[in-house]
Amino acid sequence: MAADDTRVSAVTPWHFYALLGVGLFSLALYTFIVQAHLLRKILAFNIMGSSVFLVLAGLAGSPAGEAPDPVPHAMVITGIVVAVSATALALVLMLRLRDTSGRLTLPEDMGG
Amino acid sequence: MPEKSNNQPTPEVQPPSESGLRWLSAALLLVLFAGLASAIMSLPVGTSGLSGEVEAELANSGVSHAVTAVLLNFRGYDTLLEMAVLLVALIGVWSLAPATAAPLTAPGSVLERLVELYVPIMLLTAGYLLWNGAHAPGGAFQGGAVLAAAAVLMFLSGRSLPASLEAWPFRSTIALGLIVFSAVAALLAWRRGALLDYPPAAAGALILLIETTATVSIGSILAALFLGGRPGDGR
Repeated sequence: MAADDTRVSAVTPWHFYALLGVGLFSLALYTFIVQAHLLRKILAFNIMGSSVFLVLAGLAGSPAGEAPDPVPHAMVITGIVVAVSATALALVLMLRLRDTSGRLTLPEDMGG
Repeated sequence: MPEKSNNQPTPEVQPPSESGLRWLSAALLLVLFAGLASAIMSLPVGTSGLSGEVEAELANSGVSHAVTAVLLNFRGYDTLLEMAVLLVALIGVWSLAPATAAPLTAPGSVLERLVELYVPIMLLTAGYLLWNGAHAPGGAFQGGAVLAAAAVLMFLSGRSLPASLEAWPFRSTIALGLIVFSAVAALLAWRRGALLDYPPAAAGALILLIETTATVSIGSILAALFLGGRPGDGR
C-alpha cells in the first residue's frame, strides 16, 4: 500500500481495517467450505461474523480525529452478543448430533 | 498462498473431486475477496455516515453518548429484537439438552483465590460499565458480558447455582430484560403512538431502567448458555 503513493491520499487506515475484515472473511469462508468437522465449521462461521464486524467498525471510522459513526458501532455491539449466543446454540446442536449419531460431520461430508 | 499449481491430486486416498473442490473454492474466494476489496476501496472517504443526524438529535435522546443513544433510542427497536434473539437462542439450547454437571477436575487453589478476588471486582465493573454507558463507551451489553464472565469463573471453580434458585428466580432473571423492554415499548406505543418514542424528559430514566434490566438478563443468558443446557434436571 505504501508503494502506491499516488493513491495513498484516498486510502485511510480505516480502509486497511475493512480490507483486513474482507480477507478474514474470505479465509473463514474457505475453511467453512472445505473443512468437514463441525467444530471447525462453527469456528469458521464465527470468524466470518467477527470479520463482518471488523468491516463495519472499519468503515465507521471518519478521518482526522472526528468521532466515528455511532450507528455501525451500535450494530456491532449487539451483533457480538448475538453471535456468541448463536455460536452457543450451534455448539449444543453439534453435541446433540454427536450424542444421537456418534458423528461430528454432516452426512454429505462423510467422504472427506 | 503457496504456489502449488504442479501438485497432482491423489485419487487413491481421496475422492477424485476433493482436491479439485478445494482449489475451485480457493479460486472462487480469491475472486470474492477481489470483488469485496474493490467495493470497499471505491467507497467514498470522509463522509461520516449518520454521525450528523445522531449529533443533531443527541440532546433529545436522554443520554450523552452517541452509541448508547443509537442503541437504546434511535434504533431501540433493533436492540429489543436482539434481546428476543438472545432469549430464543437460550430456549433452543434448553430444548436440546440438560445442563452438564460441574467440571470433574477440582479447581486449583490459584483459581479458588482468584475467583474470590475477581468476582466482586467484576460485579463492580459491570455496574460501572452500565452507568458509564450514558456518557461514555459502555452500557448493557458490555456490563452483561462482564457479569457473564464472572458467572463462568464461578462455574469453573466448581460453584453452581443453588437448587432453590434454579427454577423461577433464574428464569425470571433471564426474561426480565425482554419483559421490561417490551413493556416500556408497549406503554410508549399506547401513550405516544410510536414504539419506543421516549418523551425527552423521561428518556434518560427509561433508558437506565431498560439498560439495568437488560444487563442482568444478558449476563444470566450468557452464563446459562455456558452451562450448555437446562439447569435443574439431569444432575
